[in-house]
Amino acid sequence: MATFGSLSLLIALALAAYNLFAGAVALRLIATGQPAPIAPERLADTARRAGIAVFFAVTTAAFALVWSVFNNDFTITYIMEHSNRALPAAYKFAALWSGQEGSLLLWCWLLGTFGFVLRLRHKTDVKLYAYAGTILAAVQVFFLAVVNFAAPPFSLLRGAIPEDGNGLNPLLQYPEMVIHPPMLYLGYVGFSVPFAFALGALMMRYPGEKWIRITRVWTLVTWLFLTGGIFLGMHWAYAVLGWGGYWGWDPVENASFMPWLTGTAFLHSVMMQEKKGMMKSWNVWLIFSTFLLTLLGTLLTRAGLVSSVHAFAKSSIGTWFTVFMGIVLAVCIFTYILQRNHLHAEHQLESLVSRESSFLFNNLVLLTACFVILWGTLFPILSEYVQGSKVTVGAPFYNSVAVPIGLFLLFLTGVGPLLPWRATSLKAIRRNFVLPSIALFATVIVCLAVGVRPWKDGAFDAGNFYALVGFALSASVFTAISSEFLRGAAVIAKQTHRNLAAATYLLIRRNTRRYGGYIIHIGVVIVVVGLCGSAFNRNTEKELALHDSMSVGPYTLECVGFTQDSNANYNSDYALLDVYRGGKKQFQMAPEKRVYLASQQPQTMVAIHSVPSWDLYVVFEGTNPDSGQPIIKAFLNPLVSWIWAGVVLIVLGTFVALVPSLTPAAAAVKTAVPSPAQSVGTPVLKGGD
Amino acid sequence: MKASLHNRNWIKATQAILLAVAVCFSVGASDSSARYDRLNHQMMCSCGCGQVLGECNHVGCPDSPVQLAELRTAMNAGLSDKQILDSFVAKYGATVLAAPTTSGFDLVAWIAPFAVFLAALLGTILLVRHWSVGKKTQVPQPASTPEMDAIRERIRRETGSEGSY
Repeated sequence: MATFGSLSLLIALALAAYNLFAGAVALRLIATGQPAPIAPERLADTARRAGIAVFFAVTTAAFALVWSVFNNDFTITYIMEHSNRALPAAYKFAALWSGQEGSLLLWCWLLGTFGFVLRLRHKTDVKLYAYAGTILAAVQVFFLAVVNFAAPPFSLLRGAIPEDGNGLNPLLQYPEMVIHPPMLYLGYVGFSVPFAFALGALMMRYPGEKWIRITRVWTLVTWLFLTGGIFLGMHWAYAVLGWGGYWGWDPVENASFMPWLTGTAFLHSVMMQEKKGMMKSWNVWLIFSTFLLTLLGTLLTRAGLVSSVHAFAKSSIGTWFTVFMGIVLAVCIFTYILQRNHLHAEHQLESLVSRESSFLFNNLVLLTACFVILWGTLFPILSEYVQGSKVTVGAPFYNSVAVPIGLFLLFLTGVGPLLPWRATSLKAIRRNFVLPSIALFATVIVCLAVGVRPWKDGAFDAGNFYALVGFALSASVFTAISSEFLRGAAVIAKQTHRNLAAATYLLIRRNTRRYGGYIIHIGVVIVVVGLCGSAFNRNTEKELALHDSMSVGPYTLECVGFTQDSNANYNSDYALLDVYRGGKKQFQMAPEKRVYLASQQPQTMVAIHSVPSWDLYVVFEGTNPDSGQPIIKAFLNPLVSWIWAGVVLIVLGTFVALVPSLTPAAAAVKTAVPSPAQSVGTPVLKGGD
Repeated sequence: MKASLHNRNWIKATQAILLAVAVCFSVGASDSSARYDRLNHQMMCSCGCGQVLGECNHVGCPDSPVQLAELRTAMNAGLSDKQILDSFVAKYGATVLAAPTTSGFDLVAWIAPFAVFLAALLGTILLVRHWSVGKKTQVPQPASTPEMDAIRERIRRETGSEGSY
């Protein structure tokens, strides 16, 4: 099977190389009109078909690896290092992306899948898709070259073949780990497609903004995957790592967050290009940067440049990625310089206080946040170069620098939708901002009254201050967006004599992009509320004998048993804790510590009881070797479930934004009132984005 | 006259809100373990796990319990925050601090983000102004006709907005 897999990868590389070469030649012939022995259109089509075949070849290779994992083929080094016989089936599947070689193969497969879909849809615009397909083939050639020569997943073990493998990293043996990495990779890899379209459109001097409309769905879906991947990672860190938090500003986390920020900036600024024909160069560079950041993140974490709790071991692929990034950057700069006059835009703004300006400031803040994270991630390397010694850039730095920027972004999230396109008047500002301002000040007063104060022991408490500002801004933004919904729904309700809920539904259907975006913004607000809750986390730790108890917040935890268990995969110690509130038993929790037999690595399994106001989060820290009693650490983490609820809204909003809006004709039918005479000639109000 | 009175009410209301906020801000809370928490969150566990000292929880960590005990001892000995952090740097090296210091080259780490943000903010404002000026000189305002004014007024009436969407 190893030979079969290796051969499939070699064939995939050859096909991708043909796609790149033949595609480039065909496009050159078409562009110059030179005579050729074969019609360039036919040559381009053979290139496209080769691109489709790449998908099948890589799928075969991926299947070969999964087959080998399920059949415990420990002759393959990768299988021996990342699997064992007792590993449950779902995790055997996850072994595909648990190590460097396998995850790069997954990357290739996802790239192949995206390429497959792209090449099948070529009739949308044959020439543009030919350019995009050829550029995507170049990216495929790089990744396939890496898995063929630098990090081959099918390399064979030298020497004696062991009876069993080393097993999967215990941290990865958790249900979310089966979907978190593919989701994140879908996000990373997916940005290759808008990148290919942007570069292709620039190379061929594609007229108009159609390429943006073509790539909008790709970008939005990719953004959704990246968002989902990031939050699944947060939830995994929360539920598995057992430190009570979900985001540690680890370089790997940062690596995923940076392209998310630039991708988000792109999704906003393309609206300027679509509506006003502005920011053409900016948008092209945003998508170039996003793609480059996905590569940089991979370089940072896989080349050993920065230390991370989940970076892969230092390997030679760093050089490959550095060279490829250099080539990509050079191609981008060269193409831009060559074709920059094609991106000439009429920049027209009527007012500093307008929707257009808010998009500019939104981009400014998102890119500054991206810079801060990149700067913090790279500063240890810079410090070592300048001072000769490394420094740590951890959570305190990011919390001090990135959090204020994030709050400013939240402010813009609320202000942007309130500002009309072109210009606004003082009267409109006053009318639109009254309610959000009242919500803001009312929240500040309520928060201060209930004890959310930025002063602690006479000293300034940044955590409480940020939480206070975060709560107040969240309330303000929520009010602003809700009032936008209500205002529009009220008009429709009045026109169509429907109830407010039906009118809201119709409002959303009329402009899914705009109101889907607003739903995403509400999701972000709810996430921020959840994040603000972390300022009030409490925890306590205690060794518990039988029937001993400990308290955290309103809960009392009584130890009613501690015991051991084992299966073929791991041994576990766990405690049984009855949880009381107000003297009454509420539920039972069983935090656990496992030691995986194959790897002999320990792992905590956190017990979490989640309610909207807080999470009771209990960790089995270990066992006292002298007394044999469990050491329990209990956290009371306020508002954590709001984060996950906010993510659900973000996903929902993205789906809404992906649904096409009702056409004016369909909307007219929908708004038809019971009396036919009334609907005739009723103009349909259709909002903008 | 009526508008002036209206504005005065607004100012009074704003003043009252600000006063209420100021009063609430001046009331402080107290927590004796805050300093310990603050300090153990300013340092890293030195075992290489990459976690903040106060949050390092991996089973059997050889270093974090020792470091936390040292922190308690130093606090009980009456050392200031700076003295405690300096003693940890002397023992474990500069990487024990969870964030760069505010002296020497490390200061650049703190300055650069804000410098970039301010420069970008200034640049954006100048750009918007430049584009606004360009617009004013290039594009004439659309003519106002009674029909257009009537439509605008109707949009305002029906949507309760400026009708710019």
